[in-house]
Amino acid sequence: MNNLILKVCTKVLFTPIILFGLYVQFHGDFGPGGGFQAGVIVAAAFILYAMVFGVDKCKIIMPTKLNFFLLVLGAFLYGFVGIVGLILGEPYLSYDLLGSTKQSGQHIGILLVEFGVGLTVCNVMICLFYSFANFKFGSNKND
Amino acid sequence: MINEIFGVWNYWIVFTLMMIGLYIVISKKSLLKKVVGLAIFQTSVFLLYITFGKIAGGTAPIITNNSEEIYSNPLPHVLILTAIVVGVATTALGLALIVRINKAYGSINEDEISAVDLVDYHEKFSEKKNK
Amino acid sequence: MDLIIKNLPILIVITPLMFSLIVAVLPNQRHSWFLTNLASLLTLFFSILLGIEVSEKNLISYHLGNWPPPLGIEYIVDKVSIIPIFIIAVISCLASSFAHNFFTSEVYNNLISKTYSLWLLTIAGLMGLVTTADAFNLFVFLEISSLSAVALVAMGSKVDKKALVAGYNYLILGAIGATFYVIGVGLLYGVSGTLNMSDLSQKIPELGLNKSVIVAFTFMILGIMVKAAIFPLHIWLPNAYAYAPSPVSILLAATATKVAIYILARISFTIFGTSYDIYSFESLRYILLFLSICAMFAGTVMAIFEKDTKKLLAHSSVAQIGYIILGISLVTKAGIASSFIHLINHALIKAGLFMSVVAMSFYTFKRIDATSISGIGRQMPITFFAFIICALSLAGLPLTVGFISKLYLIKAAYMSEGIWLPFLILLSSALSLVYIWKLIEGLWYDVDKNNKLKIKELPEIYIPLLIITFLNIYFGIDAGLIINSSYNAAEALLNGIK
Repeated sequence: MNNLILKVCTKVLFTPIILFGLYVQFHGDFGPGGGFQAGVIVAAAFILYAMVFGVDKCKIIMPTKLNFFLLVLGAFLYGFVGIVGLILGEPYLSYDLLGSTKQSGQHIGILLVEFGVGLTVCNVMICLFYSFANFKFGSNKND
Repeated sequence: MINEIFGVWNYWIVFTLMMIGLYIVISKKSLLKKVVGLAIFQTSVFLLYITFGKIAGGTAPIITNNSEEIYSNPLPHVLILTAIVVGVATTALGLALIVRINKAYGSINEDEISAVDLVDYHEKFSEKKNK
Repeated sequence: MDLIIKNLPILIVITPLMFSLIVAVLPNQRHSWFLTNLASLLTLFFSILLGIEVSEKNLISYHLGNWPPPLGIEYIVDKVSIIPIFIIAVISCLASSFAHNFFTSEVYNNLISKTYSLWLLTIAGLMGLVTTADAFNLFVFLEISSLSAVALVAMGSKVDKKALVAGYNYLILGAIGATFYVIGVGLLYGVSGTLNMSDLSQKIPELGLNKSVIVAFTFMILGIMVKAAIFPLHIWLPNAYAYAPSPVSILLAATATKVAIYILARISFTIFGTSYDIYSFESLRYILLFLSICAMFAGTVMAIFEKDTKKLLAHSSVAQIGYIILGISLVTKAGIASSFIHLINHALIKAGLFMSVVAMSFYTFKRIDATSISGIGRQMPITFFAFIICALSLAGLPLTVGFISKLYLIKAAYMSEGIWLPFLILLSSALSLVYIWKLIEGLWYDVDKNNKLKIKELPEIYIPLLIITFLNIYFGIDAGLIINSSYNAAEALLNGIK
């Protein structure tokens, strides 16, 4: 796509979309929002960039390997926070002992877990987009 | 009578969608359309969960000063969030398989694929005979 | 150590889960293989500890995130769930120990570490399915295990492109099954307001006769029947097992359907067991009984006419699932115990058979046709010996595990249904001798003079194969452990029924 308006608009929109994603991410503690929604919103920024500037350009800012690594890292973060609670002598995924008080512990736990979820969802979406983006249907006859 | 039938219109929508999805999965020959049918089928289940989590006039379950406020049950929504993710994973895996099938067979039509398989089978069979 | 014992029910789920994440990013395939083995061994170790704990305590309840049960997610390990946990841990350990050579030859090179990752993810999903006591959490694990199993099946596309279509069919049918299950859970939640299994079993009888509960029961059972590949819903099974990479066939054949059958028993006895007198679900057992008899014969007959060895074994799995369901459908203590005995034994038998067939087909890089590559048994005598033991065990020869399970099944069937049912079981066992003989004849007697293929024994498969064969004989002679644990499981399941 070589439309100048599209390109400029994408450049302008790219950061606000990510910012909005981060807002949804961290607002998930107090109101509607959280990792799933935020991840998808952040991924939308990358996908918009890829659609306007081409997948190859997008792979410069988000290489496939980094993408896969972050995907795993997010899920690992989620599991790891659970294991920390387990090592501290509480059941799995219990955040009570993470902070100085029970409430702050819950706070830190939820924040980290949601961050892990957001990271994973965002990167899964980008990964899916990458794997389908370069595909061209051959000479197939379907009904 | 009419009230009994149309009073639960949301359930009618759910089960109509469900049957549409299931019908597409069963009847269509194109593998792609089957995945689409499956997605519709799963979406109907999301609606089913949400429809009995909703209370008429209820708001989001956020603690406010007004303690008498009616709020909708948040649990079905949370469950459906999980189910949506599962649905996305299913659709993505299905589409990925279709891409690979198209590469290997040159078609995503069920009949054509089994025709290719049949030809392969007979070629293998005749090879064995010639040996 | 105390920390480990306190957290055992979750450790068997998160060990493979966390390792699968690490394995996915490792660049070196040998390292991934090593870590997969490590994770499997750790899981086995935890399962053994769990077995010791359960024998002392009868029931271990674990509250995830310290939230008490009706609200939070509860994991329960009792005398019933310990059986599938052991099956999964043992089979995963044995099958992953020799997986490396097979994956390097049967899977595309860049996908190997991801294959290991999916392998561990499947195990984590299956373990979660067995331990969870939350009806919705069960759905999530159902999808984790079946989606990763589908991807594993499709990995076999380097050898045969049919693996893709097999995986696709498995995906579609599995997704429909899982969605049916969720519809059922949703309806139950709508009427009872809870998702915890034991809480559900208390709240459902309080509702009295309720149409939603009947519909929910039907949806849930149907959904799980697809996963358990009960005749006529077994269509996905033969191709998925036959075209998957070899170690995956072993894993799936020995664990996936067994776990689904376990869930079937859980739903019908633990959740709905308390409301049997209200809904007269008892009469539904005749449907299962009829289907299981159909499965016994349909699976056997299809196996007799099948040429491909792996597919033949998969068809015979359909028949064996029929036997297991037959035991459950009797709804007596002896019947359920016999079905659990066969659940364990069939896992041992099928794992052994698939392992030996896979070892024989390794050098030909193709599937063995029962008629084309002949006399392969003479070139691999040790593998062939193990194959014969397992095959005879499948037919139910004395001194093997197959005999024990047939004996108990026939006894249970005779006690509750009279003479006609044991007769049908014996008839289908006799028919199964036909396909077993067909295999033995092809592998040993039909020596192909023109065969120039150089086939050697495969040493890395010896240890797992001989362990499985030894277990097949050992439990055939001293079956006390299996029988006792199965009777304990049946008792625990039937406790809830009123």
